[in-house]
Amino acid sequence: MLSAVTNRLARAFLVLLAVSFLTFIIGHDSGDPVLLLARGDATAAQKQELRHSLGLDRPVMAQYRSYLENALQGNLGESYRQHLPVTRLIALRLPASLLLAATAFVLAMALALLSGMLCVVYRDGVLDKALAGLAVLGQVVPGFWLGLVLVLIFAVHLRLLPVSGAGGIQHLILPALTLALPTFGRMSRLVRAGILDVLGADYIRTARAKGLPERDVLLGHALKNALLPLVTQAGLELGDMVGNAFIIEIVFAWPGIGRMTVEAIQQRDFLVAQGCVLVIGTGFVLINLGVDLVYAAIDPRVRARA
Amino acid sequence: MNTWERLLHTKPARRGLLMLLLVIAAALAAPLISPTSPDHLDPGARLLAPLSRSAAQPDTHHPGMLHLLGTDSVGRDTLSRLIYGSRLSLAVGFAAVLLGALIGTLLGVISGFFGGIIEAVTGWLIDVQLSFPFLLLAIFLLGALGGGKTAVICVLALATWVNYARIVRSQVLSIRNQGYVEAARAAGAGSMRIIFIHILPNTLTPLFVVASFSMAQAILTEASLSFTGLGLDPATPSWGTMLNDGRDYLLSAWWISTMPGLAIGFTVLAVLMLGEGMREVLDPKAAP
Repeated sequence: MLSAVTNRLARAFLVLLAVSFLTFIIGHDSGDPVLLLARGDATAAQKQELRHSLGLDRPVMAQYRSYLENALQGNLGESYRQHLPVTRLIALRLPASLLLAATAFVLAMALALLSGMLCVVYRDGVLDKALAGLAVLGQVVPGFWLGLVLVLIFAVHLRLLPVSGAGGIQHLILPALTLALPTFGRMSRLVRAGILDVLGADYIRTARAKGLPERDVLLGHALKNALLPLVTQAGLELGDMVGNAFIIEIVFAWPGIGRMTVEAIQQRDFLVAQGCVLVIGTGFVLINLGVDLVYAAIDPRVRARA
Repeated sequence: MNTWERLLHTKPARRGLLMLLLVIAAALAAPLISPTSPDHLDPGARLLAPLSRSAAQPDTHHPGMLHLLGTDSVGRDTLSRLIYGSRLSLAVGFAAVLLGALIGTLLGVISGFFGGIIEAVTGWLIDVQLSFPFLLLAIFLLGALGGGKTAVICVLALATWVNYARIVRSQVLSIRNQGYVEAARAAGAGSMRIIFIHILPNTLTPLFVVASFSMAQAILTEASLSFTGLGLDPATPSWGTMLNDGRDYLLSAWWISTMPGLAIGFTVLAVLMLGEGMREVLDPKAAP
């Protein structure tokens, strides 16, 4: 068990190292920050001095090393545009992103459990087929397009919800739904398949044979055992959401870190973009790590093997 | 029955193939079937709703042109842009799938066949890629590269090579020690001959399944990238750029953004159904 955990931790660490290096190299090679910072009439000598003061005339690996050292101490550099520490900019935007992702994730999981069970109870009925159709829809169109359609229906025509922006809970509903839908589609299918799979097991037959009501069989026996393999998928979905949220944030003008990343890239403010990618990537890696550890902790079989 | 015939006998595959052929036909016949050029500007016909006509020309007696799916903010015909957009979306998707399959298969075969340090490095690369939100890295990369068709294709190939590498590697590992490979080796065949004549052809069928799912992924990702403005050149007619065009006019002209989304949905559904059918045919366990 312990060696499996250290092994997993070492892998997560290596991934983070690779990601930090990739983002650094891409950011480094994609534009000269001196051209952004220097005034238009700056002479070549002044530019050279600026470059020297920023440490940009050192070898790439030396620059990467100091970037990494600073990053480990919580310093991701300063924005070339806004002249604020990158960490502060991220700290301003991160809560909104976390709120959106958490809401969407909880929404998707709750709805998927509910609809998965309903599909099992009313197998092959109208509801089952309609939910299957919804799941397919979530797979074949881009998530942000569904967001645009939801805006058209609920904000433009019905005028029930705001079009975009952040504020009260009514601002959260549409982006969270949009972000949740693809995950909901996949998960509800998996819940349905998982329960149906388990229903053929011997212990279900035993439970029914001893006269347990069907509801207790479903909730107490089938659901519990069907959920276990879904933990891994749920983790992947959460990571997926973190990675895809930026487009939803753009569509709904949500003041999150994903939108900030894209804006920073468009403005060629690469230290900010680099920092954002690093922070989101770290979150993603930590989620995956957490899922693996949780899975090892709750599944006796994995625990025994490791 | 061979695999191809069995494929045509499965319902989802047949339907998917038919839908995909329809899209491909539209892309190929774009100049013949589209009402006008996708870049034809008509300042007098801005933001026309679907089914409306542009104003009649004063000097001729022709009635105005019928815009079946309306026009965008500079008066370009949505239907024409949609039809021409299929060319770009399909071409980018196919090119990305080909390039990704090439890289992934090559790395998969090499790491599966030779093992050792190459396998360790490939395995680590796969690990890194799978444990990171690739779309995010993609927009960063595109921002640095500056977008455009070639850059998008490369990024999409980078996003999908893992799918092929994983499946090919596991296939090669299971084929490597089969009797016929050993027989070939005993007969004096070199590594290259064994790989290309004896091993690769046997990994092709599952590759097609992966390719179809990667194609769906590529079309959707291209749309996302172009939508953020970091993908294809915003002036070119592609479904992703059209979605972006319509974003600012969502409140007044819903059709500009809605139509390309439907086209994407139709195409991706076709590709996925085809892939699903292929999986059914290739994997007897998955068949109902």
